[in-house]
Amino acid sequence: MTNRATATIHGWLLLLPAMACLALFTHWPAVASFIESFHSTPKARRPARFIGLDNYQQMLADPIFWKAMSNNLWFALGTIPTSIALALLMAVWVNDRIAGRTLVRMAFFTPTILPMIAVANIWLFFYTPQYGLLEQITGLFGARSTNWLGSQDTALYAITIVAIWKEAGFFMIFYLAALQAIPPSLGEAAAIEGASRWTFFRRIQFPLLMPTTLFVLINAVINAFRMVDHIFVMTRGGPDNATTLLLFYIYQVGFSFWDTAYAATLTCVLLALLALVAFVQYGWLERRTHYQ
Amino acid sequence: MSAPTQPAPATTRSDPYAPKGLSLTLESTGAILLALLWVLPLAYAVWAAFHPAEYTTRFVLTAPLTLDNFTRAWAAAPFARYFLNTFILVTLILTFQIVLGTLAAYALARQDFWGRDVAFVLILAQLMIMPDALIVENYRTLAKLNLIDTIPAIALPYIASAFGIFLLRQTFKTVPKELDDAARVEGASPLQVLMKVYVPLAKPTYVAYGLVSVSYHWNNFLWPLLVTNSVESRPLTVGLQVFSSADQGIDWAVICAATLMTSAPLLLGFLLFQRQFVQSFMRAGIK
Repeated sequence: MTNRATATIHGWLLLLPAMACLALFTHWPAVASFIESFHSTPKARRPARFIGLDNYQQMLADPIFWKAMSNNLWFALGTIPTSIALALLMAVWVNDRIAGRTLVRMAFFTPTILPMIAVANIWLFFYTPQYGLLEQITGLFGARSTNWLGSQDTALYAITIVAIWKEAGFFMIFYLAALQAIPPSLGEAAAIEGASRWTFFRRIQFPLLMPTTLFVLINAVINAFRMVDHIFVMTRGGPDNATTLLLFYIYQVGFSFWDTAYAATLTCVLLALLALVAFVQYGWLERRTHYQ
Repeated sequence: MSAPTQPAPATTRSDPYAPKGLSLTLESTGAILLALLWVLPLAYAVWAAFHPAEYTTRFVLTAPLTLDNFTRAWAAAPFARYFLNTFILVTLILTFQIVLGTLAAYALARQDFWGRDVAFVLILAQLMIMPDALIVENYRTLAKLNLIDTIPAIALPYIASAFGIFLLRQTFKTVPKELDDAARVEGASPLQVLMKVYVPLAKPTYVAYGLVSVSYHWNNFLWPLLVTNSVESRPLTVGLQVFSSADQGIDWAVICAATLMTSAPLLLGFLLFQRQFVQSFMRAGIK
């Protein structure tokens, strides 16, 4: 019994430094955001007071919030399937003995290593009207000038493409690892059965890659709500909020308008979305034995 | 990853589905074309940075090479200071992450005590609640601690890393219990067992985690942007952003030079240790 008590003290002492930091910078802020979302923003002469669901009502009536939500949804729909499909294609390609395999693999992975804020500068140039790279290429075919980032019709696509370019090579790594973990005997057996290359992929490789796809998918969903660095360089949410994503809007409300209570309300929405992802992941991890 | 680290069967056994002839040519062509598309932004930045400004949009093979853009960028903003700040920042974060992570992972992997499972769930919560979502409250906390505009303020929210704890816990669990018992029989204290048995055996995990952590925090932008507002504390990413947006009349050649400078250490590290980088991301991903 005393042994058990000592073990508990030892255990918690070892956990203490990490737990204290997590409590201070993860658990408490999450709870505090929730509490604050029911209060007004404190002003110099007027401290925060309880206002119930007012912030949430304001949010539901806020066109920019809905714009940010729908932008984020389209951004997620644009980035997630495309980057995962490209990652799978890249992994299958660089898993085979193609010419220049090492160089190709490096080329795909390089964007992962580069700071988004730095490469956003380069992409900004690509999209620049009149003399940008994209403009010069479309100009060769006689297309008329387009302000890719300045037009409401194209700005969100433009930043979505940057995100796909940044992520696909990162996800490729996980698919590549999973492909290499598939026993070669499966391929031999399938070949003896006379299965075509496509059948082998569709019926054997792809199902075996399912856990990887789920892992990548969850990462992609979280990233779709986290990735805002390039917006700071390329559009700052514009034109007319066409590229405002949820996290960028939280930043604007909290740090440009200093409406901290409303920012906390928006944070709660983001946390709820992430909790939903966590819920799905938990359901999946439950069935994965290697996890324990 | 191509040759030496591969298990032998991959090279000796033939893959019946390996593409041959025309399909191999098609596959190679597709892969190379996509790869070219993928390095295009970087290739362009290299072109613009090493040529005089008038060649930024004119791609003439005979254009003279120059380092002038780099000297101009270096002179236009305190990049030396930014480099130092980033270096201090990633070292600080990694050191604390490893110390806190090792202690916590050891407790979770090998100590049996009351409340362990609850603690594990509380830690894993951070995998989903990303620190980026909590910018408003975390800013407030650091303001109360009077730490705004300091390097520790950038580091603090990240020094307890659920991901690091999780990764180390998985590794520690694979250490044979007999080694642990043997060390205890020899009279080693729990802390000595940790340092002499577990930590050395987990070295590959530390390397993998270190590479992932350093590249993440080298590249991190939003949080450092919020908590810093002076040259003394700004890391490279924020410095670069301030530099390239403050400029009136955009000088792309100089911006490309600054962009390359900012990413150069990671890029060089990646080129030199390509295999370790890729494998560490793999190891970090497959739990």
